[in-house]
Amino acid sequence: MKLREIAHCRAGDKGNTLNVSVIAFDERDFRFLQDHVTVERVRAAYAGVVKGRIERFELPNIGALNFVLHDALAGGVTTSLSSDPHGKSFSSVMVGIDLPEPEVIHGRKAVK
Amino acid sequence: MPASNLSRHSPSRVRIGCGAGYAGDRWEPALECVERGNIEYLVYETLAERTIAVGQLEKLHNPARGYNAMLEPRLSLVLKAALARGVRIVSNMGAANPLAAGEAVLRVARELGITKLKVAVVLGDDVTDLVRGIDAPLMENGEPLATIKPMMVSANAYLGADAVAAGLASGADVVITGRVADPSLFVGCMLDALDWNYDDYTRLGQATVAGHLMECAGQITGGYFADPGYKDVQGLGRLGFPICEMHADGNAFITKPEGSGGAVTLATCKEQILYEVHDPAQYVTPDCVADFTGVRFQESAPDHVVFSGGRAAPRTPTYKVSVGYRAGFAGEGHMTYAGPGAINRARLAADIVRERLALRRIELEDLRVDLIGHSAVHAAAAQPAGEPYEIRLRVAGSARTREAAATIAEEVQTLYTNGPCGGASDSMQVREVIGVRSILLDRALVKSRVEVLSL
Repeated sequence: MKLREIAHCRAGDKGNTLNVSVIAFDERDFRFLQDHVTVERVRAAYAGVVKGRIERFELPNIGALNFVLHDALAGGVTTSLSSDPHGKSFSSVMVGIDLPEPEVIHGRKAVK
Repeated sequence: MPASNLSRHSPSRVRIGCGAGYAGDRWEPALECVERGNIEYLVYETLAERTIAVGQLEKLHNPARGYNAMLEPRLSLVLKAALARGVRIVSNMGAANPLAAGEAVLRVARELGITKLKVAVVLGDDVTDLVRGIDAPLMENGEPLATIKPMMVSANAYLGADAVAAGLASGADVVITGRVADPSLFVGCMLDALDWNYDDYTRLGQATVAGHLMECAGQITGGYFADPGYKDVQGLGRLGFPICEMHADGNAFITKPEGSGGAVTLATCKEQILYEVHDPAQYVTPDCVADFTGVRFQESAPDHVVFSGGRAAPRTPTYKVSVGYRAGFAGEGHMTYAGPGAINRARLAADIVRERLALRRIELEDLRVDLIGHSAVHAAAAQPAGEPYEIRLRVAGSARTREAAATIAEEVQTLYTNGPCGGASDSMQVREVIGVRSILLDRALVKSRVEVLSL
């Protein structure tokens, strides 16, 4: 199952640091995200993009994780040669991460 | 609080609209907020990291410029409607030249036939001269400021909500600033309207949540969000910009003008509160260190999301200062290849460009090749399935001189008749690179002040 079936993401930049949020469609699925969207999985997904450390912050208050990816924007927004210097497209890497199929999904947005 | 404010609206609550979330944002949603949003303040946030440095270079060429180029058209559209409804405008469109921007507001007013207008210009963020005389470690890499000082073009402190509130306290209809932290533009309006104490950190925490949610305009009303089949949003062509209603006791909600496109939902609010945030328990602004880990959202009606639980610790003893510097030149060229073998022809083309640059002994600091349609933005993280039908080759590089940077673009263009078959639709670009680094500066060294211009 792709992460996008259970959560949504937004990417933001500050200098050479990227942050990508992972937000459960339904807050009851937060525990599943906590268990399975690990720093290791995220590091593997962003291989070749993130040169520095990865931090994970938890926000049970809104059912979200926040990943901070250091040294991830080819030197920084203002001097990067990348065609996406702000890393705007990097939430799309996160939503493509493969996760094990959970027993119950409370908020699946893809299937209507 | 000046009497003029008390006569304009009740101090028990305030409604603030966002008119722009970046320099190039759409124009009409601001007017929609003024005409149908029942707001008292309209805030335009238009400064990206390097905008002031670019403005500073413009100002060197022409002392009357250096402020946001869209200031005149934006204000021409809303000023009359705003004055008629008592809506006060706050914006950092002053960029590198807030005084010239203030004069420009008066010019717009005269052209519109307005005879009475008060503009407050907030000054003091420009600390370029001060910074020339000091050294400090760069926040990004710990290296000394001295490494970029010879190329420095600007240094601006991120002022806080107190500077914005001081501008509003003059009774001005329009407040123009240079660098002010994005959320502080909104927090300043709340301080002015609700008579809050600048040391009341419970209020500042909640106000900073509000400002942070609002600062990117359409990003909380359905922009930067839609993903068909997963996150559907209606009416993005007429996206409404957000309105925050804040009550004196801290109760608050986000909404948008009735009938506008887009949506304010739990999902849009949750995405925006984490936008450009690192540690959510320590979001540092000039006003406070906000903590988002207690924030809760509740959708109490369609397009009406209540938020609560914003907290804050006291502000730090320093201001963040962004330092703009000339960082050389960048050049790039693009060419499209399509059909069978497109990707192999694009790769061959890139090899030819590399060979040409080496043959001509062009001194480059960096060079990168992107295969757009295959792996351009996600590099090794991309997982392309099968051979793409079309590829846009992009070769980009940096150099110390404009001439060297231009060579990269030229060598892509000459692929037309010297490169692989079927190369189409070239484009080229050369630009000066303005880099930005940050330092921290003792608050006591930065003095903001307000200058009032009137008609």
